Amino acid sequence: MTDQTHSTISLLVNDVTHRLSVDNRRTLLDVLRDDLDLTGPKKGCDHGQCGACTVLRDGRRVVSCLILAVAADAAAITTVEGLAVGGRLQPIQEAFVRLDGFQCGFCTPGQICSAVGMLAEHAAGWPSAVTVDDAPHAAPELDEAEVRERMSGNLCRCGAYPAIVRAVVETAARPGVAG
Amino acid sequence: MKEFAYQHATQVHEALTAVARNAGARYLGGGTNLVDLMKCGVEEPTRLVDVRRLPLDGVQVAPDGGLVIGATTTNSDAAAHPEVRRRFPALAQAVLAGASGQLRNMATVGGNLLQRTRCGYFTDLSSPCNKRIPGSGCAAIEGVHHNHAILGHTAHCVATHPSDLAVALCAFDAVVRYETLDGTGEIPLEQFYLPVDDRPDRETALPPGALITAVVLPGSAHTPRSCYRKVRERASYAFATVSVAAALDIRDGVVRDVRVALGGVASHPWRARTAEAVLRDARPTAELFRAAAEAELSTARPLRDNGYKVALARNLVGAVLGGLAATEGNR
Ligand SMILES: Cc1cc2nc3c(=O)[nH]c(=O)nc-3n(C[C@H](O)[C@H](O)[C@H](O)COP(=O)(O)OP(=O)(O)OC[C@H]3O[C@@H](n4cnc5c(N)ncnc54)[C@H](O)[C@@H]3O)c2cc1C
Ligand code: SF4
Ligand code: FES
Ligand code: FES
Repeated sequence: MTDQTHSTISLLVNDVTHRLSVDNRRTLLDVLRDDLDLTGPKKGCDHGQCGACTVLRDGRRVVSCLILAVAADAAAITTVEGLAVGGRLQPIQEAFVRLDGFQCGFCTPGQICSAVGMLAEHAAGWPSAVTVDDAPHAAPELDEAEVRERMSGNLCRCGAYPAIVRAVVETAARPGVAG
Repeated sequence: MKEFAYQHATQVHEALTAVARNAGARYLGGGTNLVDLMKCGVEEPTRLVDVRRLPLDGVQVAPDGGLVIGATTTNSDAAAHPEVRRRFPALAQAVLAGASGQLRNMATVGGNLLQRTRCGYFTDLSSPCNKRIPGSGCAAIEGVHHNHAILGHTAHCVATHPSDLAVALCAFDAVVRYETLDGTGEIPLEQFYLPVDDRPDRETALPPGALITAVVLPGSAHTPRSCYRKVRERASYAFATVSVAAALDIRDGVVRDVRVALGGVASHPWRARTAEAVLRDARPTAELFRAAAEAELSTARPLRDNGYKVALARNLVGAVLGGLAATEGNR
């Protein structure tokens, strides 16, 4: 009899395929950090409440602490380590560095992955809770209020919010970045 | 966490069979509540049957002009859908008012309806809690309960239901569609959640092993103006203190159709039928809205530390109705 409490899964992480045998109880966050040595995603709360573990799953931002690794089988995962292309930072990463979008840096990988996912959601025309939805087809301008709301799933214990918001607003305003 | 088996189902029948065969089996949606409760030790399934690859994803326009939202549709996709936004704005707003961008990308519509209360004692295994262990007592009644129920609670449990989506669905007379090995069934959302009574552990009218397949919004519930407003302890990413979903149709200077549901006040979304009766066929004025809210909240029984919710709910109902009446198309 095969052991039903373990599974063999395949994960495409930062463009590299990994075949792994996992205990079904393990989260995607733990597998990324402990098996694949990707320590960008952080374990802040382990309950979906802080966003420090945010990664992209098939292009969408998710909290990896509430995803069982076995349920992520066959998914494409991007962590903060996989964002730079050919050693070149993405605009949002560059903006966090230049505008001091952090203090201790613990929440930063989650903030940045979240921002990447958020900009894609905005480009796809998704509204937010503060969007005045009179024109359901046009994406609203990503002003401070929109950015604060859309990024509210990422807490920063250092309170670096003003600079985080500045970095995201600035990046969103760059041609070719936001929708 | 206890060990468990995992399977993902690709056909509804396969999922139903897997759960029917195994008393310890549970459906897994986005896992945003279930995995969390497994970590706390509140849930100890022996098998998870992942439903996200079932063909239950997406939003369809029904022949009557209503919508059918598949159970595995993510909260994000439901809220972003142009027809949801156009026909049932309060629904899109309710979903967007819940959780965070990340969680909405994971959470499914079916899972959202079945999420458990956020009462702190429910997840604290060292506290008595009738919802977790029937007959053990309720720690919240004498304990921390500033965000607990003011309506419909009993001496057995004073918890609230945390879903924002369900509040909007309740206002729109939505119906929950499910399937068991015996066939399909439907339960109006208003009857989906059971009254607390003396068994707060029994939360819904779903038969054992039932798989939610969709929620259906009837075309008749479509009104020109609706909205969802949620008050909470911080501006975003927090559960409701009190929320209101409302739709208002004013024609020739009188209220033709009105729907009001409250969140954060009871063990289930609270359809404000008393307020609606006061409003229907009357001339919409600020005084009327206040009187309607007053009438609804007249049966409220606040606990030691949550009396503030009565005034909050009353004011919120009045403000939301006033706002809807002032919007164009309702003048
Ligand atoms: C930090 C945080 C903040 C949150 N804030 C809010 C908020 O403000 N407002 C709000 O409404 N919600 C909020 N949520 C809750 C979140 O919306 C729910 O956890 C989510 O909607 C549940 O969906 P899921 O698919 O992840 O369910 P799961 O966790 O996968 O499942 C939940 C339950 O539903 C059952 N289930 C799942 N799918 C089906 C199906 N098709 N048929 C039958 N049973 C099924 C499971 O067996 C389980 O019992 C928050 C969650 C977190 C972690
Ligand atoms: S209010 Fe309900 S959930 Fe909370 S401790 Fe009492 S019985 Fe448990
Ligand atoms: S560690 Fe995942 S949200 Fe906090
Ligand atoms: S920079 Fe320290 S937690 Fe955000």
